[in-house]
Amino acid sequence: MKQLMIVMGCMVSIVLMSQSTPSSKASAMRGKKIYTTYCLACHQADGAGVPRMNPPLIKTEYVNGNKERLINIILKGLNDPIEINGDEYSNPMASHAFLNDQQVADVLSFIRSNFGNKSGSITPAEVKAVRAKK
Amino acid sequence: MSKILCSLLALSWLVCCSAQSPESVAIKTPAGFSNVVVGKDFGRVRHIAVNGNGDIYMKLEKLLKGKGIIRLRDKNKDGVMDDTLAFGNYIGSGIALKNGYLYASSNTEVFRYALDAQQNLVNPDQPERIVTKLIDKRQHANKTFALDNAGNIYVNIGAPSNVCQEQDRQKGSKGMSPCPILDSAAGIWQFKVDKLDQTYADGIRYATGVRNSMGLDWNNEVNELYITIHGRDMLFQDFPAMYNQKQGAELPSETLYRVKKGDDCGWPYAHWDHFQNKKILNPEYGGDGKKEGAPNAISPLVGFPGHLAPNALLIYTGDQFPARYKNGAFIAFHGSWNRSPEPQEGFYIVFVPMKNGIPTGKWEVFADGFSGLEKVNNLGAVKHRPCGLAQGADGSLYVSDDNKGYIWKIKYNK
Repeated sequence: MKQLMIVMGCMVSIVLMSQSTPSSKASAMRGKKIYTTYCLACHQADGAGVPRMNPPLIKTEYVNGNKERLINIILKGLNDPIEINGDEYSNPMASHAFLNDQQVADVLSFIRSNFGNKSGSITPAEVKAVRAKK
Repeated sequence: MSKILCSLLALSWLVCCSAQSPESVAIKTPAGFSNVVVGKDFGRVRHIAVNGNGDIYMKLEKLLKGKGIIRLRDKNKDGVMDDTLAFGNYIGSGIALKNGYLYASSNTEVFRYALDAQQNLVNPDQPERIVTKLIDKRQHANKTFALDNAGNIYVNIGAPSNVCQEQDRQKGSKGMSPCPILDSAAGIWQFKVDKLDQTYADGIRYATGVRNSMGLDWNNEVNELYITIHGRDMLFQDFPAMYNQKQGAELPSETLYRVKKGDDCGWPYAHWDHFQNKKILNPEYGGDGKKEGAPNAISPLVGFPGHLAPNALLIYTGDQFPARYKNGAFIAFHGSWNRSPEPQEGFYIVFVPMKNGIPTGKWEVFADGFSGLEKVNNLGAVKHRPCGLAQGADGSLYVSDDNKGYIWKIKYNK
């Protein structure tokens, strides 16, 4: 019985962690500052981007899908043709590898929990792992 | 019976007015002018051209049912565009009419379509390809153009770059010197209108140092080319120690140039600063916000506030508008994105009074209200973005919008 309680407790905390724990909220708060400094000029305050130039961050597969691909866009930039909802985007994005693992995690957690996005946060460990792959 | 009629009338009024109101915005023009929507919902309508018989041609940047050019025609001459012809299977922005031909561009080529005596297209599916194999690296890829009266076409080949850095748009990356992009882009190339499949080797680099000129027109009064140029981005974001947030929004100037053969407009080494009235060396090339640069480059006729995006230029030759408009320049400003967190600006048509090819007064906003917003904080919220201009045979001015695909006709009411 005691074991079962522990297992259930673990499960509850895992579920909570993957939703929004106080620490992921703090991460997203810090991420907002990074977004304002490095991202807002192109992707705009509402994350809608600039038509056909700078892609939107609202409910797109690029933001809410594969975490490794998303982390790599921050680390390596993006200059490949991409299509979102039938539109293509022309401006290249510069590499932001100068941000540390915590900062990348913070800004992505902010983006993935704002602009209508509800995907989970990203941890510094996940960023570190992707950065190590090169 | 009269009750029924009354309610029918009320209903039709409701239907008509509710059909008009949801998307339309009130376009403000100077006293004596009026405007009307003559086309709508054609999507990404970039440049437009109006034929002598009133036909409107639109170049689309996104195919509509597989087609990239649309002609609107008023078949029964009741003032309403009732006939639509779609053709051309390529996207692009440039379109113009001259001496019995329609010219249109993709992002790598220029085509022309012969018109017959009735102003119908002889063969809309088999145009002559007059220019080909121009570079398209997605950024600033639109091959907008103008035609002169001597059988030449002037094609804008925009720089696939912000300011020719070793790594484009990378904060801290240096500007390349000499800039290798200038060999095949960042300039205006001159080609012949009647020679097939010309490419770089057949053309002449007519002007260089042109980052991206979306607006081009031939000024018939002085027989020279006039262009508008989109200035560089990111002065504040990349150089906060030299440019504060407000300066980064206002600089560099968007510009109107008169260009002669062989002219250099200064990109990427310098940008125009309409506060200092100087060509300022770009920080990527060692500039500090004050040092001058590009000593051999020409200066613009007008410097406008930063980032407004002058997407079309039209030198007015009509007789319908009051005399002060003749030979002056209308410019369609698409609206900015690189002014945040300051509000975005533009989304209007500007007029520059000119005589003998030289401005005679300060520029003024001629038609406004396209954004549908008092203040634009997010670009995604704007209703319309002015993108193309054309002059009708009767001297009316046409404006296109590439956000919702509207076309307005602006008239002066004598």
